[in-house]
Amino acid sequence: MPGRLVTWGWIALLALGLAAPFVVYPVFAMNVLCLALFASAFNLLLGYTGLLSFGHAAFLGASAYTTGWALRSWGLPPELAVLLGTALAAALGLVFGALAIRRSGIYFAMITLGFAQLVYFLVVQLPWTGGEDGLQGIPRGRALGLFPLDDPRTAYWFVYAAFLGGFWLLHRAIHSPFGHVLRAIRENEPRAVSLGYDVARYKLLAFVLSAGVSGLAGGLKALVLQFASLSDVHWHRSGEVVLMTLLGGMGTVLGPSVGALLVVALENYLADTGSWVTVITGAVFVACVVAFRRGIVGEVRALVRRSFTGGKP
Amino acid sequence: MDGETILETRELVKAFQGFVAVNGVSLRVARGSIHALIGPNGAGKTTVFNLLTRFLPATRGSILFRGEDITRARPAEIARRGLVRSFQVSAVFPDLTALENVRVALQRGLGTSFHFWRPERSLAVLDARARELLAAVGLEGQEQVTTVELPYGRKRALEIATTLALEPEVMLLDEPTQGMGHEDVGRVVGLIRKVAEGRTVVLVEHNLSVVRDLADRVTVLARGSVLAEGSYDEVSRDPAVLEAYIGASP
Repeated sequence: MPGRLVTWGWIALLALGLAAPFVVYPVFAMNVLCLALFASAFNLLLGYTGLLSFGHAAFLGASAYTTGWALRSWGLPPELAVLLGTALAAALGLVFGALAIRRSGIYFAMITLGFAQLVYFLVVQLPWTGGEDGLQGIPRGRALGLFPLDDPRTAYWFVYAAFLGGFWLLHRAIHSPFGHVLRAIRENEPRAVSLGYDVARYKLLAFVLSAGVSGLAGGLKALVLQFASLSDVHWHRSGEVVLMTLLGGMGTVLGPSVGALLVVALENYLADTGSWVTVITGAVFVACVVAFRRGIVGEVRALVRRSFTGGKP
Repeated sequence: MDGETILETRELVKAFQGFVAVNGVSLRVARGSIHALIGPNGAGKTTVFNLLTRFLPATRGSILFRGEDITRARPAEIARRGLVRSFQVSAVFPDLTALENVRVALQRGLGTSFHFWRPERSLAVLDARARELLAAVGLEGQEQVTTVELPYGRKRALEIATTLALEPEVMLLDEPTQGMGHEDVGRVVGLIRKVAEGRTVVLVEHNLSVVRDLADRVTVLARGSVLAEGSYDEVSRDPAVLEAYIGASP
């Protein structure tokens, strides 16, 4: 594909993101950005390393609670509170990852799920997390001591900047020397070993990066929605991120974001239908996976490639 | 060939829950030689390979590479020391291009493999060497082809180029001609002969004419033990070997 077209595509997307709060409700847009970042972080593992984590809510949720607590009780400025949540999620990722990456496939998924349930249990039991109510009334504060985040658009641009930072980090990691080794591991792990790579250490670094960026998403989410709730650490959330990633296209840079947009939009616009929303998203998910296995972005990419290489995929 | 031993196993044993796949195998591979492991199905050839590269841990016995004990080393470390294997089914990275396949092997030398903040461009310094290696195995002009689209014989050639990128002292090739048409077999045999210059090659092979063409020394395994060893002509006349292959037993 011609490089110039790609550059213009990115510029258009950037502009679209910048203008979003004028077009749609800012809280909706921020929610989409947070979950898009979460799904993109998840995709670094699933799409680029071949690891299916079923406990990513732990990182999103743990960071959401930490950020919320730091904002509400310690009065930290928002950027520091979010960074604290991110750091905690990365540290959690290091511990969980170090134990989980020894196994692969379904066992890896189950170990990560087990750890996430552990975190869920802690959040339910600990005295300061608010139990069933969650952490309510988190103040947004002023970003960098200058911009009051109580203005929805300012808050949106703050989240947008953080999203771009996280997204850029993931994009860079995917296309770095490290990312090339990850892809090699995904494609053929024994061969990567036979080329002299200690695959466990590469997987662990990918896991920590993914957990950290998931934490960034969780911290931002708590900041802008002004609450952290059990739904952020619940395994439903871990399942939802798998759905978003597959729907949008795993192993594609934009896929998870498209998936997140679609799922959040469906949930929003179908909210009136009550519990039917899960049935409808479920049906959409099944239809998508059956009709286009590569996900929305994956199919579009394949189509574009075909048309540019004259029929050859 | 100077006859010096580069790779040695001493009384190597591998038992899988009571079933002994490899039973007291002692091998000596001379530096610079092409050494073939042959034997009927289930003789333990691939298991020996997995033990040599530590993809399986040995139950008993020891492995020495350049005189150092590597019995307990990790598989990736064994590869870094210069003992690099291939696999029975072609071991390529299917969704990467041919060039990227070779580059993955080369990039470890840059020492930036954990640098997730470094741009892709930083790998471009390896492209020239990668192209050279691809050309050496007859894959010039195929650099940008996604590997999954290469025909089988080409995949095996790519695999050899990738292995060569590590500049291994010893190459372990597990059935390099398996599943190949006549023409491809000839090409791969030529390739192995070419890459074996200045290196040691150990290969597991079913195709006896390939063994006859290539091997300086042949070890015949049967039921996990060494049945015979010598040049191809010597072992092919050995009555015990004939019996094991034809399956006649008194």
